[in-house]
Amino acid sequence: MIRGLGVLRTFFQPGLRKPWLAQWAFPALALLALLLAPAVLSGFRMGLLGKFMTFAILALSLNLIWGYAGMLSLGHGVFFGLGGYSFAMYLKLEAAGGKLPDFMFWSGLRELPFFWEPFRHPWFALPMIFIIPAALAGGLGYLVFRSRITGVYFALITQALALIVSILFVGQQPYTGGTNGITNFSAIFGFPISRPGTQLALYYVTVAALALTYLLCHWIISSRLGRLLVAMRDDENRVRFSGYNPAILKTLVFTLSAGLAGIAGALFVPQVGIVSPSMMGIVPSVEIAIWVAVGGRGVLMGAVLGAIVVNGAKSLLSESFPDIWQYFLGALFVGAVLVFPGGIMGLFRGEGWRPRWGWLGQVRAALGRKKLADSQQGGMLKVPAPGSTSSPRAEKTRSP
Amino acid sequence: MEVWALQIFNGISLSTILLLIALGLALSFGLMNVINLAHGEFIMIGAYTTYALQIAASALTGGPSSEVTFLIAIPLAFIVTGAVGFLVERSLIRFLYRRPLDTLLATWGVGLILQQLARSIFGAPNVQVVAPQWLSGGVALGSDLVLPMKRLFIILVVLVCLAGIYWYMYRSSEGRRMRAVMQNRDMASSLGVSTRRVDSLTFALGAGLAGIAGWALTLIGPIGPSLGTFYVVDAFIVVILGGLGQIPGTIMAAFIIGMLNTIFEFGTTAVVGKVLVFVMVILFLQWKPAGLMRLRTR
Repeated sequence: MIRGLGVLRTFFQPGLRKPWLAQWAFPALALLALLLAPAVLSGFRMGLLGKFMTFAILALSLNLIWGYAGMLSLGHGVFFGLGGYSFAMYLKLEAAGGKLPDFMFWSGLRELPFFWEPFRHPWFALPMIFIIPAALAGGLGYLVFRSRITGVYFALITQALALIVSILFVGQQPYTGGTNGITNFSAIFGFPISRPGTQLALYYVTVAALALTYLLCHWIISSRLGRLLVAMRDDENRVRFSGYNPAILKTLVFTLSAGLAGIAGALFVPQVGIVSPSMMGIVPSVEIAIWVAVGGRGVLMGAVLGAIVVNGAKSLLSESFPDIWQYFLGALFVGAVLVFPGGIMGLFRGEGWRPRWGWLGQVRAALGRKKLADSQQGGMLKVPAPGSTSSPRAEKTRSP
Repeated sequence: MEVWALQIFNGISLSTILLLIALGLALSFGLMNVINLAHGEFIMIGAYTTYALQIAASALTGGPSSEVTFLIAIPLAFIVTGAVGFLVERSLIRFLYRRPLDTLLATWGVGLILQQLARSIFGAPNVQVVAPQWLSGGVALGSDLVLPMKRLFIILVVLVCLAGIYWYMYRSSEGRRMRAVMQNRDMASSLGVSTRRVDSLTFALGAGLAGIAGWALTLIGPIGPSLGTFYVVDAFIVVILGGLGQIPGTIMAAFIIGMLNTIFEFGTTAVVGKVLVFVMVILFLQWKPAGLMRLRTR
């Protein structure tokens, strides 16, 4: 295992270069818009946007492992929640002001549990935001990846993790606040938490965190490690035979991703004012994947865009028509996978809608937009129809 | 002594329902490498079919529903859920066969829609199916040990289903085709087996089994739109533990998970029991990454 860590070197080696204007124009514009937004938005809308940005960090962390490394985690809500809880413990102790937090008193505890004690200190709580989720992901990831569990298996195991951690937190009422979670904070580092100035500061801290996360992810994927991740997604055995240890690489990036999700959770808590097990369960964890899919997998900007667009639509639709929102979300899952596999960023890249499968492909072919080349998926080589320019294989290598 | 016997009985009872749910998942996973996240909603459809039949019967006769309708509900739940499964396979899943992770997300979307549909039709609160009179008692073994009739009946129905699946897979020509596609899809296809048809039928069969599991759950407690979600995660763990598409492995895994859940729950609490089972499965996979049984392919 120690030898495998030599892979850390791959961080410092340059990767693929792209024209920098094409690469940075869009993120820079987005950053500018986010920085200027508080000037035009009301306090409520700004709070909403701040919340969405924490979701964007979360989506970035999932995109790193799913979009690039091909590991779909359906339990990322857990890491978000753990980061949130770590910070909420500090905030709650600050609000309690030396006394026992209220929910503990109600559930019959008379003194602070030992593992709450160190969270009085911000210098302990702040690192824990990253360390606790990263440690859980590192431990689970190492065991799982070492036994070469990939793909669907990995997704199901992380989903089971989401179920277990959420019911565990619900069940331990005296220590975690149970279903209600931890809420009623009063101050953050001595500043009153609900004052507009504090919220504005939190907003800008979130913008900074989002920008830094973006840069970090960009750095990783453009390094050699990033290219190894993509290589593992496409053919893990080949990476293994080239002398790398995929288990170590995957554990590393999964751990990092979980830590980033934890930071997102910690930024979420003071802005929204609550952390509860309902953010860690199966349903919210799967929803993170749809943000990434709608924005565009394997594109960093896609995750940011997807998180903000989907959650914006959710807060618009679900307030007025909660029933329709569920149908809409379901259709979004189906549509994002079947019709727009490239997501919003795919549209920007001129991929348009490219349903290449079955009846949707037939419709598209009938519209005469492009030759129907990849409709056959039976695993057999298809003889190209006379006059068709590309074989299915050639088509496949060109499409992302 | 009696307490332990009852625990073991409860474990077997839970295992049989888990088995019914996991078999459908294992079959379609072994065949198409596809996991259906809407499987829990198929359970829910089976349960609501039973409920709807009861409502319809009591509306027609004017009185409480008879014993017969409850028995009719078993095949009806199978057929209705199987039909929904067939539709989902035909309209969605077959376009995604080489992309298993995308199938997860698409079927999750289907599940959301089905759940909301159930909520719109039957309402969000839980409803109760009234069990027939003859299932209300229990069979007394010894002084303290009474086995509930309902649970015994569920076990009986599951055994009949298992026999049916065994017959289908190993004694019918459809089943032979299915096993052929499982072993080597391209070879089966070139020998004239319609793999598309096999896929659809297998998926529908798996969905139908989930429907029967839904029927069984109406005997155990009230039913609601999110009924399936809780059971289906356990069923995923069963599939992972059992190994790819292996019927014997799935049966063994269902019993191991069911018994462990019940025993840990009895010894500690339900939550701690679930955590322990999860940890044990992860550790077991360190030893045998492919699960209990491996599919031998050529």
